[in-house]
Amino acid sequence: MRYLPLTEADRQSMLEAIRATSVEDLFRDVPKAARLAGPIGGLPNHMGELEVERLLGSMAAKNVPAGSVPSFLGAGAYRHHVPATVDHLVQRGEFLTAYTPYQPEVSQGTLQVLFEFQTQVALLTGMDVANASMYDGATSCAEAVMMANRVTRRKKAILSGGLHPHYRDVTTTDARFIGFEAMALPAAPTGGEDLLALVDDKTSCVVVQNPDVFGHVRDYTDLAAACQAKGALLIVVVTEALSLGLLTPPGDMGADIVAAEGQSFGNALNFGGPYVGLFAVKDKYVRQMPGRLCGETVDADGRRGFVLTLSTREQHIRREKATSNICTNSGLCALAFSIHVSLLGEAGITQLAQLNHAKAVQMADKLAAVPGVQVLNDGFFNEFTVKLPKPAAAVVEELAKRHILGGVPLSRLYPGEMEDLLLVAVTETNTDADMDAFAAALTEVLA
Amino acid sequence: MSMNNQGRPSAIPAGAASFDGVTGTVTGNRGLQIEEPLIFEQDSAGRTGVDLPDVPKVASRLGAVKPRAKVGLPGLAEPQVVRHYTRLSQKNYAIDSGFYPLGSCTMKHNPRLNEKMARLPGFSDVHPMQPVSTVQGALELMDQLAYWLKTLTGMAAVTLAPAAGAHGEMCGIMAIRAAHEANGDSGRTKILVPESAHGTNPATAAACGYSVDAIPATADGRVDLEALKAKLGPDVAGLMLTNPNTCGLFERDIIAIADAVHEAGGYFYCDGANFNAIVGRVRPADLGIDVMHINLHKTFSTPHGGGGPGSGPVVFAESLARYIPVPYVTHGADGFALVENAGDGPAFGRMKAFHGQMGMFVRALSYMLSHGADGLWQASGDAVLNANYVMARLEDVMTASFDGPCMHECLFDDRFLKGTGVTTLDMAKALIDEGFHPMTMYFPLVVHGALLIEPTETESKASLDQFVDALRALAERAKSGDVAYFQAAPRLTPRRRLDETAAARKPVLRWTPPVVAEALAAE
Amino acid sequence: MTKKFTKDHEWVLVEGDVATVGVSDFAQSQLGDVVFVELPEAGRELAQGKEAAVVESVKAASDVYAPVSGTVIEANQALVDDPSMVNSAAETDGWFFKIRLKNASELDALMDEAAYKAFLEESH
Repeated sequence: MRYLPLTEADRQSMLEAIRATSVEDLFRDVPKAARLAGPIGGLPNHMGELEVERLLGSMAAKNVPAGSVPSFLGAGAYRHHVPATVDHLVQRGEFLTAYTPYQPEVSQGTLQVLFEFQTQVALLTGMDVANASMYDGATSCAEAVMMANRVTRRKKAILSGGLHPHYRDVTTTDARFIGFEAMALPAAPTGGEDLLALVDDKTSCVVVQNPDVFGHVRDYTDLAAACQAKGALLIVVVTEALSLGLLTPPGDMGADIVAAEGQSFGNALNFGGPYVGLFAVKDKYVRQMPGRLCGETVDADGRRGFVLTLSTREQHIRREKATSNICTNSGLCALAFSIHVSLLGEAGITQLAQLNHAKAVQMADKLAAVPGVQVLNDGFFNEFTVKLPKPAAAVVEELAKRHILGGVPLSRLYPGEMEDLLLVAVTETNTDADMDAFAAALTEVLA
Repeated sequence: MSMNNQGRPSAIPAGAASFDGVTGTVTGNRGLQIEEPLIFEQDSAGRTGVDLPDVPKVASRLGAVKPRAKVGLPGLAEPQVVRHYTRLSQKNYAIDSGFYPLGSCTMKHNPRLNEKMARLPGFSDVHPMQPVSTVQGALELMDQLAYWLKTLTGMAAVTLAPAAGAHGEMCGIMAIRAAHEANGDSGRTKILVPESAHGTNPATAAACGYSVDAIPATADGRVDLEALKAKLGPDVAGLMLTNPNTCGLFERDIIAIADAVHEAGGYFYCDGANFNAIVGRVRPADLGIDVMHINLHKTFSTPHGGGGPGSGPVVFAESLARYIPVPYVTHGADGFALVENAGDGPAFGRMKAFHGQMGMFVRALSYMLSHGADGLWQASGDAVLNANYVMARLEDVMTASFDGPCMHECLFDDRFLKGTGVTTLDMAKALIDEGFHPMTMYFPLVVHGALLIEPTETESKASLDQFVDALRALAERAKSGDVAYFQAAPRLTPRRRLDETAAARKPVLRWTPPVVAEALAAE
Repeated sequence: MTKKFTKDHEWVLVEGDVATVGVSDFAQSQLGDVVFVELPEAGRELAQGKEAAVVESVKAASDVYAPVSGTVIEANQALVDDPSMVNSAAETDGWFFKIRLKNASELDALMDEAAYKAFLEESH
């Protein structure tokens, strides 16, 4: 078998050195009743590359790749163009097959990448310091709430109705089992929440999303100050990281914690994962942060180097008292994020963000011109909500038959609610022809 | 104070600086090893590594928010970016370059076929919220992976949602808690965990509101069954056990352990980090396990990527099968469907956004298909053989903590270094100069100065012999009293021992623009 | 006014009804370089033998237990600014916190310096 280098001769010679009679003999501590006599039934035997490619290729062929048709899907995952360099570099064996950098002398590559990544995230979010990534934006959000609970020694979180429902659900699941309160407000497609009125002396944090799940963009500066005056933290969630290239970042609004999804940079859609959670805080909260942290130091020869640091917060040392049970970060996805942001640079990120916004404005206008369609947002970045005269889920199915992935029906995220609302995202990957095709198909379907 | 006496030296030992590491080149470079600055130190304003179309001239519609001031990112062109990351990669050790004898990590070869399969556009360019009719192949793949995991473990149900092993543990403990709540059994406030457990186990249990009670080990490194029985009672929600355990030993009494836990009304959680020892040969369900997480990035070869991403599916026996999170795939007459909302069922909620680490599912299934049942049988056999071989070839010069046979990893402690002045840490640093990544050190905590070695099945005999020969020579050198040699190690790496104390006392966690740095210094 | 020691390597020095608490020189040698300390706030009630503070080195975090019960009156801010004092002056300037004693008789159960030294020799 191509991945298993031991030969029969090797095995014989090794068994002699061990003074065992057979490999089975080495399993003698396994209760007899649990020891299988041979390879498990119900599974095929080994296959060569050709056969595996054929099998998995036929499965892949049953899917419609988002790039093969006009696609306008967002709702927390965004199709952006990733430069060829990114995927080429992340596949270098020294990045792909390296372990966690616990031995810094032989991991300076990974460690310097993490240090640069942490800096990029801090700059993008406008915060003081960021960690070396979390699993995804949703778990990042839940961890932010738990951190706010630790910092304030309070247990009640208020979740805006503009927060992505998956993020809400991960947080409320944690609340139920970990033992805190998460008050999730009803979905707010047209805004109008009074979050501040709900903040009292038991509130640890308020969680808002910007742009929110419906695409609305807001200034949370006043809310940040007001929360802090009552001893609560403001957590700002960002699901479309590219928006940080154009909008006033949460750090400049006074956010205490930013929990975001970094998938937009460097990472393909991958049907929902692996993605990369971003987590950034104000300096004073550094020791309360979950996740890995990379820090600068010097080596025995006085040269600058990098190490994982402040590890005593983490599970392998604090055990029961850890700030989180998190072990892994999203290493390779963070690398891809970092390479893409490095390629874009200041000029590129600004232009890319402006391009997304401009195209979204164009698309919104084209859709608003379709009879019966209303765009709900006054302002947005690259995603907005439209109201249709027919149930959006059925419309989306009809559009799919016409080879258009025309947005995400909100009823998919909120079962039984907002059945006439559709979430539309536009990126630099959408051409004028795509946008016209979408508008035309929608007109046809609604007629 | 509670003395965790495994805290190891973090300041640079006195002997370290005596080696002249700087060669005196003008650049500071040493041949192929390049001193590479941070990207922020290579900025050229306005430069970029992408070419984008012009922005259409439309009036901005950002609403209430003003456009931001500059981000502060550096500008580099593509050649500079490629060179930057290529040079950084050359400072890394990796499976592709060498052996990682890391106990509990299962650093096996990462097949490239898996990368090719994961990048098929039909898997990589699919949005999680596309209409289900347009992603039947993706759902089929998840369904297939679920089938393989259930068959290999003998379990009734599986969730693919958790993003990593620790996340899977969280899911498993949540399921246990949900089950007890559904049974009206709210007095169960404790989780039992062996002393030798990985830190994520008590961290997870504590996070879920349980108090943690440690179970001691017997002299032969296994859970003390009598001590366990004494601690079982109506206040125990369950037991978290790793099997094979973190000492590399199979828990012989595991069926009696499972019976005792069940009799006391608790559930049996198994940490599946060490599944590689028994995959394809033993089914955890046959051992009485109720719930177990699996690390796709360990047993099933998905790449470690410098620290992630992982994937931690969890398998459930019938007793807990109802308590899985959303989403999960169902297969009906109309094809595959995705259940995304808990609705009125007992499903306890959601672990992460969307559907799980699909990119890792493709890689893992590609690995499983490549190996097949016969290949997995052989893989676990070779993994165990390799570990026992290493143990047999080292036990005369190093001190094995327990009698063999071991499973897929073997444990040594630092008794063989007693009186030499050389520590486990020093041995590890000297191994680096020999071209090996060190083994797992100072874990598990049940022995002093632990050295835990897991070869995996993808190491050749020649590779193991070279490793063993190097370790034997180092052990002899330590015993001969050459402390200075060890304290100055490593000498040959891009950086030598780093000052972790300074990094923790005065953390510097990002680059700061010079103007800001000056202003901060002036304060 | 003699120093007393616990089996868990804390020391306590009493003046009137104020007790100063720290960790022993042996403890700091075992911990390695101390990088951070987490001290109790003034006003906090401590019970004998229960967790009072945390001392962190790079690779380990250890709990410091209260050798006697009482109310915290002061935490050593200098230690927060310079945790290395635990290593350099464990039994003098590297004190952790001061408490107002609740029950002086709790001291009777503790070891004096000679007994602690003997205890260390026996067990290590």
